[in-house]
Amino acid sequence: MAAKTLFEKVWERHEVVPETADTPAVLYIDLHLIHEVTTPQAFTLLREQNLTVRRPDRVLATMDHSTPTTTEEIFGRIPIRMESAAQQIHKLEDNCREFGIELLGMTHEHRGIVHIIGPELGATQPGKTIVCGDSHTATHGAFGALAFGIGTTEVGHVLATQCLLQRRPKTLAINVKGRLPTGVTAKDLILAVIGKIGVGGGTGHVIEYRGEGIEALSMDERMTVCNMSIEAGARAGMIAPDETTFAYLKGRPKAPQGAAWDKAVAEWRELKSDAGARFDREVDIDASTLEPMITYGTHPGMVLPISASVPSRPDDAVFAKALNYMGMTPGERLIDKPINIVFVGSCTNARLSDLELAARVLKGHKVADGVRMLVVPGSQQIKHAAEALGLDKIFLDAGAEWRESGCSMCIGMNGDLAGKGQYVVSTSNRNFEGRQGQGARTLLASPATAAAAAIRGRITDPRQFI
Amino acid sequence: MAYPQNTSQSYETKPIKSVKSRTVVLPSTDIDTDQIIPARFLRTTTKEGLGKQLFADWRYDASGAPKADFVLNGAEAKGAAILVAGNNFGCGSSREHAPWALMDFGFRAVISTEIADIFRSNSLKNGLLPLVIDKATHAWLLEHPGAEVEIDLETTTLKLPDGKTVKFPIEAFARYCLLNGIDELGYLLGQDDAISRHEKAYA
Repeated sequence: MAAKTLFEKVWERHEVVPETADTPAVLYIDLHLIHEVTTPQAFTLLREQNLTVRRPDRVLATMDHSTPTTTEEIFGRIPIRMESAAQQIHKLEDNCREFGIELLGMTHEHRGIVHIIGPELGATQPGKTIVCGDSHTATHGAFGALAFGIGTTEVGHVLATQCLLQRRPKTLAINVKGRLPTGVTAKDLILAVIGKIGVGGGTGHVIEYRGEGIEALSMDERMTVCNMSIEAGARAGMIAPDETTFAYLKGRPKAPQGAAWDKAVAEWRELKSDAGARFDREVDIDASTLEPMITYGTHPGMVLPISASVPSRPDDAVFAKALNYMGMTPGERLIDKPINIVFVGSCTNARLSDLELAARVLKGHKVADGVRMLVVPGSQQIKHAAEALGLDKIFLDAGAEWRESGCSMCIGMNGDLAGKGQYVVSTSNRNFEGRQGQGARTLLASPATAAAAAIRGRITDPRQFI
Repeated sequence: MAYPQNTSQSYETKPIKSVKSRTVVLPSTDIDTDQIIPARFLRTTTKEGLGKQLFADWRYDASGAPKADFVLNGAEAKGAAILVAGNNFGCGSSREHAPWALMDFGFRAVISTEIADIFRSNSLKNGLLPLVIDKATHAWLLEHPGAEVEIDLETTTLKLPDGKTVKFPIEAFARYCLLNGIDELGYLLGQDDAISRHEKAYA
């Protein structure tokens, strides 16, 4: 039998009808995650066409994007300030009730960012096909699932048929040799990958991250890597499941239990690229040579090692526009540049180990005068776990804000926004113009780099605090 | 033709054979969907009326007044149905609000040298044609804003003002659905037996 990649194994198992020259494959979807922002129009379509949800048992809903992160609003002591957000939230409640979908709603103890709760509950599993109306669905690929973001029309397709029409993408292997040095994180690794292949470098491809540097990562770190696959243009990123994966999933509420667990693990062990399997493209990167990374421009591919200076591209008008937006000049050193806000959060870096890392850097220090630091856990479960470890106290003592879970300032839909011209060192995934507020300037970095910047009020190499 | 005919009235949309129009040019590369429509406009529960928020942060100043130097505010954008943009258009967020906003403004096609996967898929499902063309033709279009061009979906060619035509790739089934005004959902619903068999075997 021909050697197959991990992607091919998962894809072929889910082909209801294989693709032909004339028609795309009909691909079965095992798990459909939904949230309040990209679904209302899909439910409207179902109602207009008199359709039902084919498999409500395969749909899991939560609310995260437009939700407030203040305790008073979440728990109903004051109404949600934004009427439009409240409306979306109520719409999702109504839709889930009408179509029989499990909803981890506003006050549910398992609510959180959609890409954080799937793995946390054990709903995300190796070999599954997982979709969500959200481009960071790639996160779930860290478990060896084929997970990708879709549009709202496709959300409707999956609700109605549990299937999608898809052309088979190409495969791209990112071979990570060596291990990350101390103080250099999974976030720095994925930023370096995006810097290397570019923001369109993965278009049309599913990435498989492999090699020693990947195998050494925890599940939290693997999720950070896969999460940003879309920032290289790839719809999905995958990592073969191994003992680290199984240890993470064992005993989680939606993971298989008892005999079913043993059977599942035996199947999951087969989910790896066979020796000699062919990828359409391969790229090598050496993790052991990496430094902490930080972005300086208006997309995640405009990224540099933290000790570097802004490059010069005299004849590039688009580059000049980006630097102008960012208030950067060619030749300028990144270290010591003053910043205004630090945001630790998002589906990229708001898991417990991310908060622990930020707290470890921050412990015994204060947030610099004039700097605002916002720490937003990825889920209510993470919030409680962090509080049990006393992390909230470290953040609050340092002068940071400690919030309820949600997407918050990563996308700024809930009113957690940065002002015009302000620099935000952010652990999120997108430094696009206006992403964190009109005119706001985002510098993407790891939780360690973010915490170090909070202490000094300037871009800082976090390794001096680790 | 291997395609099953769609029998359900309710899944039909308006057929699209061609788009003929002046172009509007936005030469920036890597235009992401946060630029096409900023996230603060996604707190909506319908698809309608998003055209006025298209490229909002590039189009309006802090007071909400249109910026005179932005191309979509100029007379040349009125009635134009084809947007020519720099490489890697539509990257980033999966928001379908991006093609909805472009369509509501009046665009029926976007031309670039590369178009991001999710944006391309979302566009095809709404009748917005995402065209990837060769670098030389693209460079010519960038240098000639307002050029009168015609996209022919039947022959999958783009006709330039001098009569020269260039081919563009488009996924076969999406093209068939657009040409015949068929909604892909009708086709998927028609696969019910195969889906049930798959569920019995695996799910």
